[in-house]
Amino acid sequence: MTQVIGQALQRHEDIRLIRGQGQYTDDMKLPGMVYAHIVRSPYAHAKITAIDTSRAKKMPGVVAVFSGQDLKDEVGLIPTAWIPPDADMKVTPHPALAYDEVRYQGDGVAVVIAESPYLAQDAALAVDIKYEPLKVVTDPFEAKAEGAPGVHTEIPDNVAFHWQAGENLDDIFQKAEVVVKHHFRQQRLIPNAMEPRSALAQYNAAKGELTLWATTQNPHIHRLLMSGLLGIPEHKLRVIAIDVGGAFGSKIACYPDEVIVSWASKKLNRPVKWTETRQENFQVTTHGRDHVQEVELAGTRGGEIQAIRVKTYANMGAYLSTAAPGVPTILFGLIINGAYKIPHASSEVFGMLTHTTPVDAYRGAGRPEATFLVERMVDLYAQALQMDPLEVRQKNLIRHEDFPFTNAFGLQYDSGNYQETLSKALEIFDYPKFRREQENLRKQGKYIGVGLSTYVEMCGLGPSEVAGAVGFQGGLWESATVRVHPTGKVSVYTGASPHGQGEETTFAQIVSQELGIAVDDIEVIHGDTQQIAMGWGTYGSRTTAVGGAAIHMANEKVLEKARKIAAHKLEVNEEDVSYDSGTFSVRGLPSKSVTFQEVALDAYLAWSLPPGIEPALEGTAFYNPKNFTYPFGAHIAVVSVDPDTGDTTLLRYVAVDDVGRIINPMIVEGQIHGGLVQGIGQALWEGAEFDEQGQLITGSLLDYALPKARFFPKFETAHTETPSPHNPLGVKGVGETGAIASTPCIVNAVMDALKPFGIDDLSMPLTPPKVWQAIRQAQGKESLHS
Amino acid sequence: MYTAPFEYRRADTVDQAVKWLQDDPDNSKILAGGHSLLPLMKLVLAQPPVLIDIGRIQALKGVRSEGDHLEIGSYTTYQELVKSPEVDAFCPLLALSAKTVGDVQVRNRGTIGGSLCHADPQADMPAAMLALDATLVIEGPQGTRTEPYDGFLMAPFITNLGAGDILTGLRIPKLPQGAHCVYLKRPHPASGYPLVGLAIWMTFEGQRIGNCHVGVSGIADLPFRARHLEDFLKGRVLDDKTIKEAGPLAGDEASWEKDEYKENLLKVYVMRALSQLGELAAAKGQNAKS
Repeated sequence: MTQVIGQALQRHEDIRLIRGQGQYTDDMKLPGMVYAHIVRSPYAHAKITAIDTSRAKKMPGVVAVFSGQDLKDEVGLIPTAWIPPDADMKVTPHPALAYDEVRYQGDGVAVVIAESPYLAQDAALAVDIKYEPLKVVTDPFEAKAEGAPGVHTEIPDNVAFHWQAGENLDDIFQKAEVVVKHHFRQQRLIPNAMEPRSALAQYNAAKGELTLWATTQNPHIHRLLMSGLLGIPEHKLRVIAIDVGGAFGSKIACYPDEVIVSWASKKLNRPVKWTETRQENFQVTTHGRDHVQEVELAGTRGGEIQAIRVKTYANMGAYLSTAAPGVPTILFGLIINGAYKIPHASSEVFGMLTHTTPVDAYRGAGRPEATFLVERMVDLYAQALQMDPLEVRQKNLIRHEDFPFTNAFGLQYDSGNYQETLSKALEIFDYPKFRREQENLRKQGKYIGVGLSTYVEMCGLGPSEVAGAVGFQGGLWESATVRVHPTGKVSVYTGASPHGQGEETTFAQIVSQELGIAVDDIEVIHGDTQQIAMGWGTYGSRTTAVGGAAIHMANEKVLEKARKIAAHKLEVNEEDVSYDSGTFSVRGLPSKSVTFQEVALDAYLAWSLPPGIEPALEGTAFYNPKNFTYPFGAHIAVVSVDPDTGDTTLLRYVAVDDVGRIINPMIVEGQIHGGLVQGIGQALWEGAEFDEQGQLITGSLLDYALPKARFFPKFETAHTETPSPHNPLGVKGVGETGAIASTPCIVNAVMDALKPFGIDDLSMPLTPPKVWQAIRQAQGKESLHS
Repeated sequence: MYTAPFEYRRADTVDQAVKWLQDDPDNSKILAGGHSLLPLMKLVLAQPPVLIDIGRIQALKGVRSEGDHLEIGSYTTYQELVKSPEVDAFCPLLALSAKTVGDVQVRNRGTIGGSLCHADPQADMPAAMLALDATLVIEGPQGTRTEPYDGFLMAPFITNLGAGDILTGLRIPKLPQGAHCVYLKRPHPASGYPLVGLAIWMTFEGQRIGNCHVGVSGIADLPFRARHLEDFLKGRVLDDKTIKEAGPLAGDEASWEKDEYKENLLKVYVMRALSQLGELAAAKGQNAKS
């Protein structure tokens, strides 16, 4: 049989996307469509004392202007759909449009709907709003202080939740030979998907049905949540997200804008479209990360890590976004031991409210924040012991024979060979040789450094019981229908909702391999709640691990039935039929055969089916994963730091990843590259900043440094393949690995380069002025002109 | 909000553009490549009621060699400068600077005149204009006049162009035979604009520096000519000692808010630019490498 799984097939979806023939939400135009523009608060915290829409209503082309008062009794509050258990989580009432108080710069206050987007924008300037500015807090640690300005009156201490896991480790820390303590700041990041968010709602009054085209990673979750918010029953609500231009987590949330256009379409009985500007994308689309972390590590003098303890102040922004509370708790706090066999661990997280843009999942979501702290702590511990960080890693990595490994929080890591990825990375990168070169260069006043990151991530969350136990308000299984048409062509319906990850190709490869038909005969359909019964979307590197497994199960159902029909036609017992590359044949009598296409046609004609077999040929499956999957790897970065300017130059980046069985190596490679770029971006360039008034001062691409291709050397990638033992395809997940592993790898490398200056740590991003100042301070501020 | 309302006029000749501009100088704005003005208008930071598009005026385009100088139309794009054989032969410093501006889309549309009139102190081209002693050709109410580029910028985003004036061209003296040129830039990681941009040309007499001009953009309040540095360099051998001593001198003439990092950056970039010039000269046997 031809091997299709494992082939680097070009991406089927790229043909339309590259030619500009995709169907993004903003491409949609409907007869009678009007355009919404949302009037946003310029203040991070203020009382709304008056709104006068009369002037705007008289502007040319304006169809309607609504304020928060108009919506407040007609639509529900924007929901939070992840409620971590035992965390005393408070509801942060989030109206679609603020009507009494605004809580971050960009909070929606009114909506103008006009015949063109430009007229709507013009009229938005004529909505007269009076504000009474109030005190602002933007920092999660400061938000906890006595007397800090409150974000919600219902939550005077700004603590939206307080979550703890693990044991009391006081005794272990008291007795430990070596204790390393450190504070880290995980700066806030702005996801910046290529496509800004957009929503188009069309209400059909005759049928009482609403269709919403939206930039979402999870149309079925949107349908479920929107149904409750809008009071439109789920069977009369259709959510469509055909092509979505990137998300990185920022299109998981249920946003006010989508609710506003849906409500307005019903109110006006016209299709209403809203598309955000890049400025709005910066300001109101969810941000990522933003932790203040206090970390302690206990170990022996011999380099054995005994315990890790973390107290984190996670900035949640002004409202708890849809998946937000799960990110700094379940997805972060439970995996702070990383890839290491650390017997004791404890996590404590305060979910802090501030007058800033809501924070939700961003590529890696919790796991980069966890990986960063443990990978940095391992290096700081190594330094305290005067041991090479490589040696500390080798001593503490979970061993192959430990799998399945249960960490201190009870997570069961499915499979792994961490030593193998590390040694493969060390085959590519000659570590001892580097250390010798580094020593020589230091003597010449040149500073190069190496950083290591041996990471693990958890992805493909499930099973449903666990989703429930961790407070995720959804099932996290996945659905698939594999429908064989009478001609033998196949439509595949998935409840996952890929938006750039390439599963239209990956999934077709799975079907092609398993049904033995050509990839070109398969179409993968996703992102439409009317075509796909149910699904949970694409995020958390779950799509291939969970959605792919559902397709595998559906394929099995198709083959089982097809085999029965083939046996009937060949007049033999089912057990005597073998199947290979699209042909069923009688065992030992290969000339007696029938093709997959013939079987498909027979199934539909149904003139002669075996007894008890229904017509048609399709399989539907709902796959509920047995456990999370745990990709892992070893990354090595080499940087040079220029003490004259503080510049960091990335010289080499070696990534050896094990993401389980690989379906399409090119797509895997692409996912790793993208993740690396985003992770390295956090280490070196990116960082959202608010001023004291809560104004976002990195609100455009002129100020917020997204990484560019020319910033990078060629990545040196390699793989090992350790199948997940519980996933029927053996796959794990790859979407987030690069972003998880690379950030600490780079910071470790820069700190290694700066070691001769006695610099232990600097906060990210490691900008040239910051590094230069640190070197100067370390050198005791010698004269500038020396 | 996607620009305030405005009237658009397209001029076919310089005279027509000048007339329209002079009819209503306070409300009119010249539109060239639009790569600075249009973004400002979209953000409603600029709201000119009348735009006069000079993009179809052939007389404003291109590079011509005229005796001892180049005549460059104000509507000449960066890319045309990069590709121009005349620029390459006589003023390669211009092309070295222009090719670092923005990306290929920006270079294909953005114009030298538009950039200079926009007067962004962080732009790339002012450094080369200063180093090359560019002269501006201006059409105004009193007819054609010329004035040196040095002094054109009054403040960030403000030039001494009168309300009825149009910049129509540039005159750039041809560089002396054998001059070496460097444009050394440190781009901002987000915007790509120079945090410091150094445009330098240098000639040698024997083993010593003959003439040398240094224009600096990006780092100070306004782009400036580093004459103190130039005077220091003339007549010296471009060796490590000279470079080290020269490093801090560019800062002498910078008007800026004191910032240790910026001072250091300028110093380091001056030294690096001089080292590059030293290597270029050494390749021609003019500078015995130290």
